[in-house]
Amino acid sequence: MTDNTPHLKINPSLLKRRNAAEKRFRFYGLAAVMTAVLVLCLLLTSIISKGYTAFQQTYILMDIRLDAETIDPKGTKRVEDLAAASYKGLLRSALREQFPGIEGRKAKRALYGIVGSSAEFDIRNAVLDNPKLVGTTATIAVKSSDDVDSFYKGYIPRDVPESNRKIKDRELAWLDTLFEDDRIIKKFNINFFTNGDSREPEEAGILGAVIGSLYTLAITLALCFPVGVLTAIYLEEFAPTNKWTDLIEVNINNLAAVPSIVFGLLGLAIFLNFMGLPRSAPIVGGMVLALMTLPTIIIASRAALKAVPPSIREAALGIGASRMQTVFHHVLPLAMPGILTGTILGMAQALGETAPLLMIGMVAFIADIPGSMSDAATVLPVQIYLWADSPERGFVEKTSAAIMILLAFLIVMNAIAVILRKRFERRW
Amino acid sequence: MSYAMDMQNYTTQSETATSEPKIMARDVNVFYGPSQALKSIQLDIGANEVTSLIGPSGCGKSTFLRCLNRMNDVIENCTVEGRISLDGVDLYNSGLDPVLLRARVGMVFQKPNPFPKSIFDNIAYGPRLHGTVSTKDELDERVEKSLRRAGLWDEVKDRLDKPGTGLSGGQQQRLCIARAIAINPEVILMDEPCSALDPIATAKIEELIDELRERFTIVIVTHSMQQAARVSQRTAFFHLGELVEVGETDRLFTSPQDDRTQGYITGRFG
Repeated sequence: MTDNTPHLKINPSLLKRRNAAEKRFRFYGLAAVMTAVLVLCLLLTSIISKGYTAFQQTYILMDIRLDAETIDPKGTKRVEDLAAASYKGLLRSALREQFPGIEGRKAKRALYGIVGSSAEFDIRNAVLDNPKLVGTTATIAVKSSDDVDSFYKGYIPRDVPESNRKIKDRELAWLDTLFEDDRIIKKFNINFFTNGDSREPEEAGILGAVIGSLYTLAITLALCFPVGVLTAIYLEEFAPTNKWTDLIEVNINNLAAVPSIVFGLLGLAIFLNFMGLPRSAPIVGGMVLALMTLPTIIIASRAALKAVPPSIREAALGIGASRMQTVFHHVLPLAMPGILTGTILGMAQALGETAPLLMIGMVAFIADIPGSMSDAATVLPVQIYLWADSPERGFVEKTSAAIMILLAFLIVMNAIAVILRKRFERRW
Repeated sequence: MSYAMDMQNYTTQSETATSEPKIMARDVNVFYGPSQALKSIQLDIGANEVTSLIGPSGCGKSTFLRCLNRMNDVIENCTVEGRISLDGVDLYNSGLDPVLLRARVGMVFQKPNPFPKSIFDNIAYGPRLHGTVSTKDELDERVEKSLRRAGLWDEVKDRLDKPGTGLSGGQQQRLCIARAIAINPEVILMDEPCSALDPIATAKIEELIDELRERFTIVIVTHSMQQAARVSQRTAFFHLGELVEVGETDRLFTSPQDDRTQGYITGRFG
């Protein structure tokens, strides 16, 4: 038997086309990656450039005459009395002394408006820190109003007609005088990290939302990690394959694709209306987010369990370990990095979720920092939504700053996932 | 076709019974779903000797091996009919706990599968699990003894806390054998234990099998007829789910009675 097929000769033009196609494909890939990186950079640049100013706050140095008669008429020097005293009048008279000759209610109100509505508390805190100041004249930094703050951060331009400017010419003159006196300073905005929400941008802080998010995530994790992992173990290691388990599997996959707001409606109907749990509370938010995260964790855990080679199970069974011992001594430890990674990614998703929480009332304005899981609270993404919706100029930078905080949490969580995977991954 | 006619087709040649049977299999049929993997197997496994199961791929020899410690239980759709007994106790119908059975009938697999733990913990897992040692000293002693018996002690005694997965293939397989004998089983089943190993590692394992025969009853599935001839006293030849012929290894290889055995061992098929 002879075979007369000629030996392989590659057509040069075919080869050229093939190489060109390879090159083209690589270019497309590179272009796609570059586009993605560029968009990400744009996003981050925009957020950071808008938000970094929120970490600073403009203060005005005022010479306050801390009159002992006004602050502490009885001369007790007790902390309670110092704290209970009114410092508003002292601040106002200091402003009047700074700019003498201002007459009329309107002009006075404008003058008082260059300091923040809670600037008197800056004086109180200074006095409480150092009670010896009482009776002297001290230079104390008081918070400026949000408009003055925005002006010095460059968000209110001076070269526009007065009618279009929030800072009027008269105020501008006062501020310039203060500025030439070196009385306008910028300090790190610690209040942003220690305060709850507020109607005044210079007072608004992120702590309430952070605590609310932590409570909510704690509930979510406590509910969906054990339930999700046990479900995955049962389905993957113990359940027989029949139409019931097939049905359950299909439904879990479907649940993962259900829009999150539907879970919010479910929570509203069941947790609030039927079970009567408190509105706006992290406990309900956590339960709703647990429902939403459960399918993610189950799917990730099943994949991690499936990735453990069957030879490990056989080895354990072959020594006389029971099914449960096999799973808990050998399979689960090997699957743990994958399960934890899936869980943390699910948690990160829950941390960024807004829609279902709107349905259960976590969108309310809450100035207090929640003290327990059943207190009314809000969470980071909802706080961002609320601030983005506020008309004051000062909330623009707060919105971006809150986004930066949220992104920081997400990056930390993802980093933990990577570290866990690297640390506990075992090769076989 | 009637069952009786079937039976005639499946008649096994020569000595299915031995004088001192450890395991007796009678009329064993195994099904994976609708397809039959083993057809009416009759076979005795003699105590303290090596029985090798040979035959072409897919002939059911591994399936039979896994029936002996009920490892088939974990495979879905697998049904076992017939009677298999260990020391006269039925494995399937007497309420015997399969977990305890597997402690008495150990197994070594085709691919070395040490746990991704330290060498020490690999061996110690079985004794700890079954509570056969009570003190740390006893455990240390058990681990050393098992590793010595598996001929691995001198190679690993300085790195017992290193992962078992870091050993070479042959060492890993001996580690798996040491792990199996650490719980003192009565029978050790080996499913092609040398198929992933080089000739030198294979020679070591074969030597080991010969030594272990004194204390354990061994059943080994192998693709290598030379290996069957070297290590076993009795050989059973499986083909298409039937046990074609079984007998003394020397006799089976020198004067096979069935044409199919003849064909397989001379290399005409399989």
